[in-house]
Amino acid sequence: MSQSASGGADAAAQSLAEGVARRSYGKLVALLAMRTRDVAAAEDALADAFAAALAAWPARGCPANPEAWLMTVARRRAIDGARHHRVGDELANQLALLADEIDEREAGALPDRRLALLFACTHPALDAAIRTPLMLQVVLGLEAKTIASAFLTSPAAMSKRLARAKNKIREAGIPFGVPEREELPARLAAVLEAVYAAYAEGWTDPLGGDSGRRNLTGEALYLAQLLVELLPDEPETLGLLALMLYAHARCDARRDAAGEYVPLSAQDAATWNLPMIDAANALLRRASAFDAIGRFQLEAALQSAHVYRCLTHRPNWGEIVQLYDALLAIAASPVVAVNRALALAERDGPQAALDALAPYADDPRLADYQPYWAARAELLARAGATDEALGAYDLAIGLERDPAVRRFLQRKRMALSSSTLG
Amino acid sequence: MHYLLMIYSEENGWGRMTDSERQQGVAAYHAYTESLSKAGVLQGANRLQFSNTATTVRLVDGKPQVLDGPFSDSKEQLAGYYLIDVPNLDAALSWASRCPGAGHGVIEVRPVWAAPYDAPASA
Repeated sequence: MSQSASGGADAAAQSLAEGVARRSYGKLVALLAMRTRDVAAAEDALADAFAAALAAWPARGCPANPEAWLMTVARRRAIDGARHHRVGDELANQLALLADEIDEREAGALPDRRLALLFACTHPALDAAIRTPLMLQVVLGLEAKTIASAFLTSPAAMSKRLARAKNKIREAGIPFGVPEREELPARLAAVLEAVYAAYAEGWTDPLGGDSGRRNLTGEALYLAQLLVELLPDEPETLGLLALMLYAHARCDARRDAAGEYVPLSAQDAATWNLPMIDAANALLRRASAFDAIGRFQLEAALQSAHVYRCLTHRPNWGEIVQLYDALLAIAASPVVAVNRALALAERDGPQAALDALAPYADDPRLADYQPYWAARAELLARAGATDEALGAYDLAIGLERDPAVRRFLQRKRMALSSSTLG
Repeated sequence: MHYLLMIYSEENGWGRMTDSERQQGVAAYHAYTESLSKAGVLQGANRLQFSNTATTVRLVDGKPQVLDGPFSDSKEQLAGYYLIDVPNLDAALSWASRCPGAGHGVIEVRPVWAAPYDAPASA
């Protein structure tokens, strides 16, 4: 009886602690590291506080304000950090005792400094490639090994790079704060970029075979929602969340029942998540009221235009090309040029699209960019340049990581080569 | 926090300038130093003689070995520094970006070791 009661209390404490960890991890790290900028020490102190919670809560009951409880324990642990290196039960007991002394005044709402933490993790003084992993770890509490698997690197190498970044934040004096008005747009762009990169990493695993990556799309959406909450008047923040919701609404439609790849043009719009699309539309409208266009709003507007066309069956390629022109003007990249060419092909035919891509023929950034070769293969096939198209398909197939997309391209290539034989 | 702003630039750049360009360059550094000083962040600053005046010393078998140089292959050499005291890296970077040296070379921004008695932080 008492056994099961304590088991139940353990489970309740565990689930409460996990819930607080999920919601409050970044909030507590931000508060703990705000003054010292020592993220690693804040994380250690917080880990100890969670261990103390699991030891103390089943017996004493869960505290009314678990966040404040954890914060107090972690703060004391951080203060004592340098002097005490006790581990295990002894530490947990010691911390549980300390927790009894929690000042009731601290039980109020803790200030939310996660925005400052996000800006610190995506600071331009940090290597661009580590910003997204760092943000996932420090703001959301993801383990290095989960992050490593999502970014196709070894856990040891990822841990080392994360530790180096945290070290730089502390030693180089990277501030925890929201940048000044004149610097805000550029710095915010880095935050949004990092969140979008997390989403894009997760997106490349449509079947969810790799659970680490599948979860990444959810974590990225959480961060984008958090940013909208913390910066409700930044149109690009709204644009990013809209963009991600449009993509997410279609994420299951990318595969048929047999697990084969389904391109957008062949997707059944009835399988899309329409409430999610409505939410994205509303965000985009809210963003446009600020009358300050930006990259993510344009990308979201493109998604919105594709969704509109598929739902209404009214071709809107002219509008889509215009949106790509605008995107190219503010965020020129060969990737945008490839997508624009595909839209141009629908409006003006495949030759116009091939002509538009001609300046990029020798761009080293496109040499191993699979979508470029897939697009080129498709355009060449439609323009009747079969031999060249077959060569481009070979490259596209060779560069593709996803087996379902590879099979899709192989079927298209086979159809093309047999049509010329017959 | 104290930061050392190290100016790396091409040494013969000054030699290629006209007199008026040189005067303008000197005036720009003077104005920059003045504004650092007015803002109360300047701790120290110096321009260095060209790197061909440099001498290196190291102990070899307990005896000082003195060598002419170093003659580094890199085009940009340490030409001078500012030591400033500002709240954080952003403030340091903001000052570094205003330094005339950022226009004709690069500025390396390094935090000064804050706690001299601490062991190096483990990664």
